[in-house]
Amino acid sequence: MTPHMLTRSLDRGATIFLLVVAALGVLIPLSNLLLPAGSFLQVPTYLVALWGKYVCYAILALSIDLIWGYCGILSLGHGAFFALGGYAMGMYLMRQIGSRGVYGNPVLPDFMVFLNYSKLPWYWYGFDMFWFAALMVLFVPGLLAFCFGWLAFRSRVTGVYLSIITQAMTYALLLAFFRNDFGFGGNNGLTDFKDILGFNVQAEGTRAALFALSCLALILSFLICRSVVSSKLGKVLIAIRDAESRSRFLGYRVESYKLFVFTLSACMAGVAGALYVPQVGIINPSEFAPGNSIEAVIWVAVGGRGTLVGAALGAVVVNYAKTLFTSGMLAPYWLFMLGALFILVTLLLPKGIVGTFNAWWDQSKEKSVAAASASAAAEDGVTEPKMAE
Amino acid sequence: MPTNLSARFCTFVLSLFLIAFALPAFAGPFEDAVAKFANDDYSDTEEAIGVVAGSGNKLAFPIISALQDGRLMADSDSKKVYITGADGKSIDAATGEPVASVPDSASAVRLNNRLRRSVDAAIGSLTLQSPDIGTRLQAAQSVFKSHEETALEAVDGALAKETNKSVKAALGDARAAILLFKPDATEVEKLEAVATLKARGDQEALALLTGMGDQPASVTKAAASAISSIQSSLAVWSTVQNAWYGLSLGSVLLLAAIGLAITFGVMGVINMAHGEMVMIGAYTTFVVQEVIRTRYPGLFDYSLLIAVPLAFVVAGAIGVLIERSIIRFLYGRPLETLLATWGLSLVLQQAVRTMFGPTNREVGNPSWMSGAFELGQITITYNRLWILVFTLAVFAILLAMLRYTALGLEMRAVTQNRRMAASMGIATSRVDALTFGLGSGIAGIAGVALSQIDNVSPNLGQSYIIDSFMVVVFGGVGNLWGTLVGAFTLGIANKFLEPVAGAVLGKIAILVLIILFIQKRPRGLFALKGRAVEA
Repeated sequence: MTPHMLTRSLDRGATIFLLVVAALGVLIPLSNLLLPAGSFLQVPTYLVALWGKYVCYAILALSIDLIWGYCGILSLGHGAFFALGGYAMGMYLMRQIGSRGVYGNPVLPDFMVFLNYSKLPWYWYGFDMFWFAALMVLFVPGLLAFCFGWLAFRSRVTGVYLSIITQAMTYALLLAFFRNDFGFGGNNGLTDFKDILGFNVQAEGTRAALFALSCLALILSFLICRSVVSSKLGKVLIAIRDAESRSRFLGYRVESYKLFVFTLSACMAGVAGALYVPQVGIINPSEFAPGNSIEAVIWVAVGGRGTLVGAALGAVVVNYAKTLFTSGMLAPYWLFMLGALFILVTLLLPKGIVGTFNAWWDQSKEKSVAAASASAAAEDGVTEPKMAE
Repeated sequence: MPTNLSARFCTFVLSLFLIAFALPAFAGPFEDAVAKFANDDYSDTEEAIGVVAGSGNKLAFPIISALQDGRLMADSDSKKVYITGADGKSIDAATGEPVASVPDSASAVRLNNRLRRSVDAAIGSLTLQSPDIGTRLQAAQSVFKSHEETALEAVDGALAKETNKSVKAALGDARAAILLFKPDATEVEKLEAVATLKARGDQEALALLTGMGDQPASVTKAAASAISSIQSSLAVWSTVQNAWYGLSLGSVLLLAAIGLAITFGVMGVINMAHGEMVMIGAYTTFVVQEVIRTRYPGLFDYSLLIAVPLAFVVAGAIGVLIERSIIRFLYGRPLETLLATWGLSLVLQQAVRTMFGPTNREVGNPSWMSGAFELGQITITYNRLWILVFTLAVFAILLAMLRYTALGLEMRAVTQNRRMAASMGIATSRVDALTFGLGSGIAGIAGVALSQIDNVSPNLGQSYIIDSFMVVVFGGVGNLWGTLVGAFTLGIANKFLEPVAGAVLGKIAILVLIILFIQKRPRGLFALKGRAVEA
C-alpha cells in the first residue's frame, strides 16, 4: 500500500474515524491503568472489556459491509466465521491452562477428561503454540469461506439463495458444535481460560492491552477494506453489486472477485472472533446461532451499508443500546426495540445513519456552492434571465 | 303329628345352623393353602401361591394381588390370613368375610425374588380368565414375556375357553414361549413353538429364539431358519417404519413450508416471520382450547375443527396487515425484506411471550387424535396419520384454488409477468396483499396441526423456519409440486440417515447435501425457466 494510495483512499469521515479509534485505543487503556481507581476519569476494567467487545463487533461489521455494501453478497452466516476464529483462539487458551484445570491433566482440557478422551484429537495438535493458533484464526474461516464461496459463486448462487444457504451453513455448524463428540466442548464450549502468551487473561494490564490490540485490529481492517474498495478491484466489486450480469458480459470474472472478497471478509471476521474470546472469557456454540449473524447484518444496515465507517459505528451503537436496555427494567422490551430497529431502518433509513448524513452533507455543500456561485454572479452584475411568469 | 313336625323343623334349623358354623371346620385344599401363608416359610408360600392360583376360587385374585402389594397379613399364632384393602377395611382371606380389625400379631407375608416371579406368573394366569378383553390380552402378553412353566396349565385352560381372535393369538404365542423353554416338552411341541414364534416375527420372538439355550438338533435347526426369516422380515419392517417416519416428517415440513412456497415462490418475498405465523396458529389453538375447557367442555373433540378456520383468519389477517404496512414498500429489494421480516419475527415472538408467558403452553389432543394402532410390526400414531392426511388435503385445496379460482388465476398471472398482468387490469397490489395473506393463513393452519406434536412456545416458529426455507429452495421456487417433492424427499432422507448417523449428524448431513445440491441446481429441483428467473 503506497502512501499515495493511502491518502487517496481517505476522505474526511475516514480520517476522523481512524483518529477517534486510535485515540480510544490509547486513552482508555492508559486511563484504566494509570489513574487511581474510583477517579472521575478512570475507566473501570469492566468497561474496558465491554468496549473491547464492541470493537470486535465493529470489525465483524466491517467485514460484512465489505461484502454486502460493496459486492452485494448478503451473508447470513458471518457469525460462523467469527465463531470459528474464536474457537481457534479458544483452543490455544485451553491448551495454555495445562495442568491447572480441575482434573489437572497436563495435555487434555477438562472437558475431554470429563468425556473420557484417552488422547488429544488430531485437530487439537499445534494449538499450544500461539503462532499456529493465530494462523488458524485466519486459515480456518478463510478456508471454509473459500470452499463455500468457490462452490456457490461458480454455480452463480446469488441473492437470497446465497443468504439462505449461508444461514444453513452456520446452522449446520451450530448443530455440529453442540455435539460432545465433536471435540470442542459441546454445549459448554471452551472457557475457564488462564493466560495468553504468559499473561493472565483476567489481569487489568492484559485486558487493557487486548483492548488496544482490538483497536489496532479495527484500524488495520478498516485500512484494508478502504484500500480494497477504493482500488480498481473495488470498482469492479461495485459494478458486480449493481449489475452482475453486465459485469460478466464485460469480461470480468465475477466469481473470482466475489471469492476473493468473501474469503478476505471471512478472515477478518475470524480475527474479530479471536480478539473477542479472550475478552469475554468464553466461546460456545451459541455464537453460531443464525440470529447472531442476522443481528450483525442489522448493525451494518443501521450504520449505513457501503460506508465502512457506518458499519463500525452501527455495531457500536446497536450493541451499546443493547447493553443499556437489556440490563434495566426495559429488558422485556429490548426485542421489541431490536425488531422495530430492523423494520424502521430498512423502511425509513435505507442508507443508514452515515449514508443519510453523507447525503445531507453533499446536498448542503451543493447548495452552498450554488449560493456562492450565485452571489459571485450577482457581483459580476450578470442577472439570470427571468422565466416567463 | 304337630310335635313331630315341629321337632323335624327344629332339627332342620339346627342342622342348618350346624352346617353354617361347621363350614370353616371342613377346610378344603384352598383354605389349607391359605393357611400356609401364615407359616412364614418361603417354600410353603410358594406352594400356597400355586394352589390358590389354580383353585378357581374368586378370592384367588385378591389374595395374590394383596400378596404382591404387601397387603396380605398373616397371624402365625391363629393361622389366620387377612387381606387389608387400600381403604383400610380388611377381610378374612379364607372366607372373604369382613373382619373388624387385623390382630396386632399379624404381619405382612414376606416375598423374595423367586416368589415375586411366581406371584407375577400367578397373576398372569389369573387374569387370563378375566371378563375384560384388554386385561386378558395384557395377561397373555405378560405370560409370553415371563414364559414361566407354571403358567402352562392356566394358558391351556384359557386357550380352550377363549373366543377373541387376538387374545387367542397372544395365548398361542405365550404357550409357544413356555413350551420352548420347558425342559421336558416333546420335540414336536418345540418345533410347533418355533413355528409359532416365526409367524409372530417380531423383536421379542427373535429374543426368545436366540436365547433358548440347549435344544434338540432339529429344534436348533428350525430355530436358526426362523431367526434368519424373522431378521429379514424385521429389516423390511424397519425400512417401512423409516419410510413412515419420513412421510410423517415430510408432511410436517410440507405443512410448514407450503405457505412459504406461496410468499417466497409466487411473490419472491423472503418472509422470515413465516415461522411466527405458524406460532400464531398454534397459540390460536391454545386459546380456542382454553375457551372450550372453561365454557363448553363437551366441545373439546371439535376444538381443532374450530381452530383451523380461526387460525387461518387470524394469521391471514396479520399477514395482510404486514404486507400493507411493511412488505409493499420493499418490493424489488429482497434482502431488505429479509431483514425487516426478521425484525418483525422478533417483535411477534416477544409480543406472544409478553401475552402468554415464555413457557410452553398445554395444547391437548382430541380423543380422535390420541392413541395409536399397529400395522404389522410398526406402530402408527393417530396424530401423525391425521397430520399427513390434513397436509395432503391442504395441499390439494391450495392447488385447486390456484388452478380454478379467479384469485388463483390472478396470482399466477402476477407471478408470470407482473407488468403484463397490471396492463390487463389486474389490481396487482390487491393480489399481492391477498397472496401474502393466503400464505400466512396457511402457515396459521399449519400451526394448528403442529400444536398437536410440538411444544407450543414463542420459539415454535423459529425451529421450522430454516427447514422450511430448505424445502422451498430444494424443491424449486414458484412450484408447489416442487415443494411437495422437496418436503417428502428431505423428510424421508432425514429419517433414513438418522439410524445410520444419529439425529444431529443426519440433520447436518442433510443441510450439507442441500448446500451442495444448490451448487448443482441453483434454482431447485423444479426450476422455473425463462427470462423471469433472472429478474
